[in-house]
Amino acid sequence: MTARLEVRALSKAFGGVQAVREVSFDVHEGEILGVIGPNGSGKSTLFNCILGQLAPTRGTVAVDGREVTGLRPSQLNRLGVSRTFQLLQVFPRLTARENLILAGQEHRGSRLGRLFGPRDAGLGAEADRMLDFFRLGTLAHETAGNLSYGQQKLLDAAMAFMSGSRLVLLDEPAGGVNPTMLAGLRERLAAINREARATFVVIEHNMEFVMALCTRLIVLAEGRIIAEGTPVEVRADPAVIEAYLGH
Amino acid sequence: MSTRAALLVGLALLAVLALVPADLTGLGVPWPGLKRYGTYILTLWLVTAIAAMGVNLIVGYAGQETLAQAAFVGIGAYLTAIAGKYGVPFGVSFAASGLLTFVIGIVLGFPALRVQKHYLAFVTLAFSVLCWLVFRNETALTGGVMGIRDIERPVVFGLKLRRAVDFYWFVLAITAAMTVVLWWIVRSPWGRAFAALRENPLRAESLGVDVRLYTLLAFALGSAYGGMAGSLYAPLVEFIDPSPFALGPSLLFMLMVVIGGSGTFLGPFVGAGIAVLLPEWLRAWETWYLLIYAVLVMVMMAVFPGGIVGLLSRFKLPSPVFGGGVGVLRRRRGHEQRD
Repeated sequence: MTARLEVRALSKAFGGVQAVREVSFDVHEGEILGVIGPNGSGKSTLFNCILGQLAPTRGTVAVDGREVTGLRPSQLNRLGVSRTFQLLQVFPRLTARENLILAGQEHRGSRLGRLFGPRDAGLGAEADRMLDFFRLGTLAHETAGNLSYGQQKLLDAAMAFMSGSRLVLLDEPAGGVNPTMLAGLRERLAAINREARATFVVIEHNMEFVMALCTRLIVLAEGRIIAEGTPVEVRADPAVIEAYLGH
Repeated sequence: MSTRAALLVGLALLAVLALVPADLTGLGVPWPGLKRYGTYILTLWLVTAIAAMGVNLIVGYAGQETLAQAAFVGIGAYLTAIAGKYGVPFGVSFAASGLLTFVIGIVLGFPALRVQKHYLAFVTLAFSVLCWLVFRNETALTGGVMGIRDIERPVVFGLKLRRAVDFYWFVLAITAAMTVVLWWIVRSPWGRAFAALRENPLRAESLGVDVRLYTLLAFALGSAYGGMAGSLYAPLVEFIDPSPFALGPSLLFMLMVVIGGSGTFLGPFVGAGIAVLLPEWLRAWETWYLLIYAVLVMVMMAVFPGGIVGLLSRFKLPSPVFGGGVGVLRRRRGHEQRD
């Protein structure tokens, strides 16, 4: 079976700093892979290289067996790969509903067709369904900038699913979200994973969140994979404890 | 806001504007209409508003910068004036002005893919100066500082628009059509994509929005509005020289959009109105006019950065009149819903 995402010997150097070194891994359909590691271990750089935000120095990335190294983020997104960012990235002056429609519209029909088509690009109902699913239904017409931090985080995550992407890379979805809302977010992500067979790669510092959500983990330290396995295996790995607790 | 309400308000405004220069005393309304000069000023306002709408698309909606709109107006004006000398009908020059400035707008958009904010402003500024030098120095083509005189008015259905009011109605019809087109664009998914590249291009790109293409499109469309405004400007004033297409007027276009309300649909009309009428009203003060204008701008920016339309929307005027912008207005409405 072809892996949904295949990363092969990916390296990224910034001048003399090797941020990511020879990282290889596969993610299969329906998996939730966690990527953990101390600050500065190269997690976000790895994401940015996979997603075309940064050009990798070496190595390849393939989605469903098709090589995508060097494609622009918008092209990759149209191939069905979505992401969220570490820092909050919603469009503050658009309403929550508009944010969601925007997130899906470039996947609908032709560009010229969209100019002459309906205002909501035929995505109004889908946006409302997504708002309800993430329990933001009452806030549909609120401008995103007026939502609470946690609500914006939920909206941010919801946007990644509007295009029907089945591979979603989430960069610290739990950062700054309060525990109640966090449980809600985890449960929503798990539901999408179950129901839509969506595949996730999640960078996260919140161990409790990662251990509960992910089926498999890889651990990065200084740009290298130092451990890989189920949450239980990884937690017991001496190399991981060493990396986290320092030398 | 419903499209129907907006359409009704638009049609009402159009009817009022069509009647303003006409003598209505025969109909029992105590309004003697406008004289030739008043009608000319009103026409100039419409032409200026078309160009300002283009700037508003680039700056207010798409979040880019341009200090070259007067140069695009100049390209349209010179093209129309020169083509007119060779007997090219106005319709053809008008379309050609739009098309040429659309293409040049794409070219000018390319720097925007690499540089942002004031760096981008400087690139467009350089383009503006370049155009002005061509207008001034290519004497064989443009007449240099002597300009081009006796530019013919268009002929519509066999009628030559010699009378000021006839030409005004012609410009009004074109302005109305171009306003509807822009209204449609900014409310379509394209408008949403423009807003996305203004608010957060990085995130927009990750959501499949082709940021490069939409940036170029915003520049192309906005510049084409400048070119088409220029094409109307030449037969309006019947004489063109390089001075109205210099850097100063380009800055003024940016100011109009900011004063009117950047990213609001009616902002450019308000801003253009002020820019065209204020010099007339303040004529008695002569050179003081610029000083007064500058102070007005500074006070505006400090007190209400949303521009005049943004300010008016605070008084809860009906949203069909001022809506359509993705800027301040949307935010206001959001607040109201929370209350």
